[in-house]
Order: sequence, then C-alpha cells, then structure tokens
Amino acid sequence: MNTTIFSRKNLLWTVFIVALFTLIEVLMMADIIGAYYKITLMLIGINVILAVGLNIIIGITGQFSLGHAGFMSVGAYSCAITIKMFPTWWGFGLGILIGLGITFVIALLVAIPTLRLKGDYLAIATLGVGEIIRIVILNMNITNKAAGLSSIPMLNSFPLLFGFATLSVILSANFKNSAVGRACIGIKEDEIAAEAMGINTTRYKTMAFVFGALLASVAGALYASTFYVIKPESFGFAKSIDILVIVVFGGMGSLTGSVVATLALGVISLLLQPFAELRMIIYAVALIAVMVLRPQGLMGNYEFSLPKLFQRKKRKGDVA
Amino acid sequence: MQQFLQQLINGLSLGSIYALIALGYTMVYGIIKLINFAHGDMYMIGAYIGYMGITVFHLPFFPALIFSMAFCAVLGMVIERIAYKPLRNATRIAALITAIGVSFFLEYTTMRFMGAEVKTFPAVLSDKSWIIYGLRINFQQIVIFATSIILMILLQIIVRRTKIGRAMRAVSVDADAAKLMGVDVNATISFTFAIGSALAAAAGILVGVYYNSINPLMGMAPGLKAFVAAVFGGIGIIPGAMVGGFAIGLTETMVSGYASSLYKDAVVYVLLILILLLKPSGLLGKNKKEKV
Amino acid sequence: MSFLKVSKITKNFGGLCAVSNVSLEVEKGELVGLIGPNGAGKTTLFNLLTGVYTPTSGTIELTDNGKTTKLSSLPPYKITQNGVARTFQNIRLFKERTVLDNVKIAMNNQVHYGIFGALLRLPSFYRDEATIDTNARELLKKVQLDDKWDTLAKNLPYGQQRQLEIARALATGAKLLFLDEPAAGMNPQETQNLTTFIREIRKDMDLTIVLIEHDMSLVMKICERIFVLDYGKLIAGGTSEEIRNNRSVIEAYLGEEEN
Repeated sequence: MNTTIFSRKNLLWTVFIVALFTLIEVLMMADIIGAYYKITLMLIGINVILAVGLNIIIGITGQFSLGHAGFMSVGAYSCAITIKMFPTWWGFGLGILIGLGITFVIALLVAIPTLRLKGDYLAIATLGVGEIIRIVILNMNITNKAAGLSSIPMLNSFPLLFGFATLSVILSANFKNSAVGRACIGIKEDEIAAEAMGINTTRYKTMAFVFGALLASVAGALYASTFYVIKPESFGFAKSIDILVIVVFGGMGSLTGSVVATLALGVISLLLQPFAELRMIIYAVALIAVMVLRPQGLMGNYEFSLPKLFQRKKRKGDVA
Repeated sequence: MQQFLQQLINGLSLGSIYALIALGYTMVYGIIKLINFAHGDMYMIGAYIGYMGITVFHLPFFPALIFSMAFCAVLGMVIERIAYKPLRNATRIAALITAIGVSFFLEYTTMRFMGAEVKTFPAVLSDKSWIIYGLRINFQQIVIFATSIILMILLQIIVRRTKIGRAMRAVSVDADAAKLMGVDVNATISFTFAIGSALAAAAGILVGVYYNSINPLMGMAPGLKAFVAAVFGGIGIIPGAMVGGFAIGLTETMVSGYASSLYKDAVVYVLLILILLLKPSGLLGKNKKEKV
Repeated sequence: MSFLKVSKITKNFGGLCAVSNVSLEVEKGELVGLIGPNGAGKTTLFNLLTGVYTPTSGTIELTDNGKTTKLSSLPPYKITQNGVARTFQNIRLFKERTVLDNVKIAMNNQVHYGIFGALLRLPSFYRDEATIDTNARELLKKVQLDDKWDTLAKNLPYGQQRQLEIARALATGAKLLFLDEPAAGMNPQETQNLTTFIREIRKDMDLTIVLIEHDMSLVMKICERIFVLDYGKLIAGGTSEEIRNNRSVIEAYLGEEEN
C-alpha cells in the first residue's frame, strides 16, 4: 500500500515519462519525425486528453455521453478568441481558464437534468446538447459564425502538449483509483445497489461528467492553438464519434486502453490518409467488427502497471 | 392567419416525412429496444436507389418508389442479420455503437460510389401548384401527404389485422413468451426491420422529389429529428410515431416561419431534452419503472 | 421510543394498492421477521423503508440516542447514511469488481478526502485509503471471506455471494439491517450456517435486524417477533408461538377452510 506520493511506483512512472518525452524530442530535432508526423503527434496528444476524459464518463461511470465534442468546442473558441486578443503566454493561460469556467457552468447545467436519464435516452440527450452547442456557436457573431476563426496564434508546442496530455492521464488515473472512482464504478455496475450502499449517485455522476467535460475543454483550447483555424463543423457529432471509437476500441474502463487506442488509431489514420473515404468505411466496419467480436475492446478492464512489470521480470530472473 | 395556414400546409408535408421515418425507429425500438442510429441513412439510401431507378432504369415515379422500398426492405433485413442480431444480448451501449458503425458505413460507402456532392433528383412529379384562398398547395406536397397516409394506413392494417402484425406486437411485449407461443422471433424481427426500412425509403424518395436534391449526409438531421418525433409520441408506440412526426414537422415550420430558421434545429433538440426530462415515455406512452 | 416506527404506510401504484396502512414498531437490538405469501408486499415494504419508493401516505421514523429522523422523504443514499442498510432479493453485487472492492465501495462514507484530495493525491488520500483497506479486510475476515478478497464477485459460489451481500450492507456501518430473503436458494446446511452467522453478527455488531424469509424453519428459529403481511395489509404481529397458531396467518398461506 502506498503511503505517500513519493512511492516507488510514482518514481518509476516519472522516469518512464521523462524518458519517453526525451526520446520523442530527440527524434523530432533530428528530423526523423518530420513536420508532417509532428502534426499527427500533436493530434494524438489532443485526442489522448479527449479520450481519457470521455472514458471517465462512459467507461468508468457508465454514463453514455455523445456530446463530448461540444465541450471541446467551448474550450477551443474561448481560447481562440482570448489569444487573438492577447497573443501571449498570459493570454493563453487566460484563454484556457475562461474555457474551463464556461465549460464548467455548461456541464453542470447539462448534467443535473440529463444524468437522471438512463442508457439510450442519456445518449440521445447528450447528442442533442452537443448539437445545440454547435448550432449556437454557428450563429454567434463573436465566433464568426460558419466561417470560423482563423489566424489563431499557434502558441502550442509539443512539450506543452505532452505536459498537458500526461497531466490529463495522471488526473484521470487518480480519479479512477480513489474512493470517487470506486463510487463511479459502483454506479456503472449497479446504480440501485450503489445508491443503497450510501452513494449519492447524482453527485458522483455529475462529478465524472464535469471532469470529462473540463478535460475536453482543455483539449479544445490546445487544438485551437495548434491548428491556426477552427470551424463549428470541426466539433460536430463526427468528432464525438471519433473519440467514442477510440474509447470503445481501447476498452471502456481502461485508461491504458484509451492511450494505446489513440496511438494506434492515430497511426492507422495517418496510413490511410490518402484513401479518405475508404478510411471511414474501414473505420465503420472495424467498429462493427469490434462490437460483434470483442465488445470489451482491446484491453477490456486491464490497466498497465509499471511496478508489476518489474516484479514479473525479477521473479523470472529468480527462477533462472 | 394566412401565414399560419400556409405554414400548416408546409408543416403537414414535412410532418408526413418525419412520421414515415419515425415509424421505423419506433417499431425497431419496440421490438428489440435498439435505437437504430442507421435508420436515417436508410432514408438516404432510399433516395439514392430511387434516383438510380429513375436515371438508370428509366422507371417512372411509382415503380421507382416500389423498387426502392423493396430494395431497402431487403437491405434492412441484411443489416439486422449481420450487425444487430449478434448483439441482441449485449449491453445497450454496444448495440448503439454498432448502429453508429452501420450508419457511418452506409454514409461513406454511398460517398465512395456515388460521390459526396449533392445530386439533382430528376423532376418526375409534376411541379404544378394551385392557389386556393391565397394558400399555395403544391402537387408534390399532396403526393407526399397522400402517400404517407396510405402507407400508415397499410401499416396499421398489417399490425392490427394480420398474423405477422400480432407476432410483432407479441415480441415487443415479451420476446421469450412469444417464442414459447410458437412465434418465430427472428423472422418477426427481420420483418419489422424490412417494413421500417421500406417506409424510410419512401420518405427518402418523396423528399428527393420535393427538394430536388440528394446527398450522402442527408439522413443525419431528418434522422435525428424523426427520432425526436418517435420519442415525443412515445417510443415503441406506432400511433405515437405518427403523432410525433406531425408535431415535430409543424413545430419546425412554425419556428422557421415565425422565429428564425437558423435555430429551428436547435429548438427541436431542446424539445427532445424537455420531453426526456418531463415525460420520457412520450405523449402516448406509459411509465414503466424498474423492479427492485 | 422505539427504534424504528412505521406509521400507516401506504403505497399505491396507479390503481394497485401494494401496501395498505401498515404500522409496526421495532425495538433496538431486536431480530424481527417479515413473512407472508408471495405478492403480499414484503419487498415493497422494504423498498419503502429504504427509500427506493416514496410512500403514498404515512411516515417512517428512526429514533436513536434520543434523536428522531424522518426517513420517509429521504433518498436511498441518505437513508443508508443514517445507519440503515439492506440486501436484495436477487443479489445485486458489483459483479465485475473484487470482493474487497465491493466492500470498499460500501465504505465510501468513511472517506473524508474529496475529489481534490483524490486528484492531487493529498496526504489525506493515503491516510483514508489505508484506513479503508484495513477496515475492509477486517470485515472480510469477520465474515470469513478474507481469503477470497481478490476474487471477482461474479466468480464466487452462490452461498458466498449471499454472504458478500450481507457483508456489504454491514460495511456501510449500518445499525439497522434489512435482509431480503437471505436464505433463498440455500440448502439446509447453508441455511444453518446462515442462521448462526446472523445470530453472531447481531451480537458482535450490536445490530437490529428485520428479515424477509420464506424458509419457516429459519424464521421460527431465529426471530424474536414476526410480522405477517397479506395483500399489502398487516394481518398479525407477535412471537413465533403466537404466529404459528394464528388463524388468519394460516388462512393466508393455506387458504380458507372449506365449510
């Protein structure tokens, strides 16, 4: 049992993350990872944040939300508008915070009435919410309606994105591996039983929902500051589905799965880029196939554990 | 007053379209508790098949309609067999995700083979319109309304007066009990998909003719709105889908006419959320609580 | 003042009256049985007592240490937080979680660190987690499930699943326990073990227990008092001896005598 934050496990992870980051940076500087691939990497980083956030909502708490892209767009537009006015680091920070604030309010307003709904109904309601957000943004002047915003200062960079992505995964893992996470998992397993065990299900469902929404907001802000241009249709139902596919593929409830799936699908997407429509067809077929053949996704419930990996290696060494 | 009546006429034809699509949603949900996300795309496929029937096989309107309905009926049954039947005992989320997959598959396959751009639907129905008491009524609107009503009446006859209709109702209530009574549940479910898809196809062609254009993504918005209509009237209840369809159609045209057409879609979604919160079982539905 | 006071509780579902004007009282520390033919409204009464249903009329009050709490308008989780827990007729374990997790989830109210403590891994997180872990394992040891702590609940044999159901309810720290058919599906040996088990936990943990059962040997052996429901109405209440010889009870189960 870990007794403090300075545990062997956390030390191992820190080393791993720093090593990974250094490796990628070196590859980029040596131009082995060229500009084209760098963009893909950035997109993967953003999707990781979206995926783990959605996994907390759907995979861990069992609330089927189809409007995730709506929160991403709130974060994206808030940040974009802010950094167009103040193209500095301070502006960037402010933009992210404003996005978080607005998202928090909207997520809370949405959560309280809709999380009463179950299963399919919740899915459709959240889909409706995502669409409402998109339509509102489409018709506001400050967001420049259908033309979207352009010339957004590209304040994002790989180190910054990597940092945010890592933080998101850590926070999500901390959420999951705590009493809060356990309560949410109980709600997913059997909401009536969880309620009977003294768990305020509304409170925890809302917590998970808002948590995921806030992560999506950050992802949106990072997206806006990476890609120079944003339009309402970038954050429509198709984007929500993209993230859902990643979460389902990786395994609903497995954060490791979400990270791996984001990577895998990012790479597959890249390879299939020249075949745009074919890619979507393959995606669709693959989605159906996964659901029919392996509904628990790639990793099911499994979570990768670094200490366990070393334990196994040590034991193997002992036997020899 | 005149504006109101004009909007009413427009609303009725739009409503008939939504009703036809909503019927498919409601019947499928009633029988296997699945929100068939791909249903809106069946409407699109119906329009495209009709398009091909007319341009390639040079069929006149009604044969093209029948041809498309038949094609989509079969397609619906095939999809059910391949994608939905294996998931009959899986979680609802799994089934919903599969339906989303099917939806994407239909959309992008159409894009691949027919092109992503908007296509002009040949004008096979007369464009004639009359002005009665200052109100403009289009021949096509009459065809849409009449066809929808006839199809809905046919559906009611099938559901209420035939053996297969009785089987459909039985399986909706309790599939296992129906099986024990000798009902072929698989065939009944296939049949339900066939009818639902045929109705959606009809809606698709009618819309193609009326608006003169079709595109691979035309099913998304009407699909979602028809779903709202089905929920509004009471999901799983056939008369509910008809009532809901007309209600949503009229709401949309009224909002469009009197308020702003920009927000007409948003209003429909808001309506959806309101119904789900206030009376999720819909206008004609009954409340069902989970037994603890 | 009695521990649990149910006054004129009625529950209507549309036109159907499931529970009609039921009043009963339970003293602290008692072991009380609730019996009646199928469909009499026993589980409905439990659902009313634990907040799953809201009564159409009537009140439910819990009095402990001089303080009276009105339970009838509270949501289920608040009722549990007030020291009342239940098990379910058709076991509702968290199937895909381990035995230990099932118990830990029920101990959620003993956790004091909130979302920020969890996300930022504050010292309070590590402290509370260690406490919960210790308490959970102790409880499992008490119910003899400690060696199975990392087995998935769905993989437990049936008898142990029922035990876990009860352990989970105990984990909430409740003082009033509602057991809904705890012996359902058990063979005589298992039922005997259960009887001993219920007696022990009642004594060890100073509990008040109300149980629904169809197994008359269990009820007669263990319950100090018995209440009988039929068609939603309370038709008798008394000791096992009194109930055994009560005319209306016999009629309810066996039907009226042909005259």
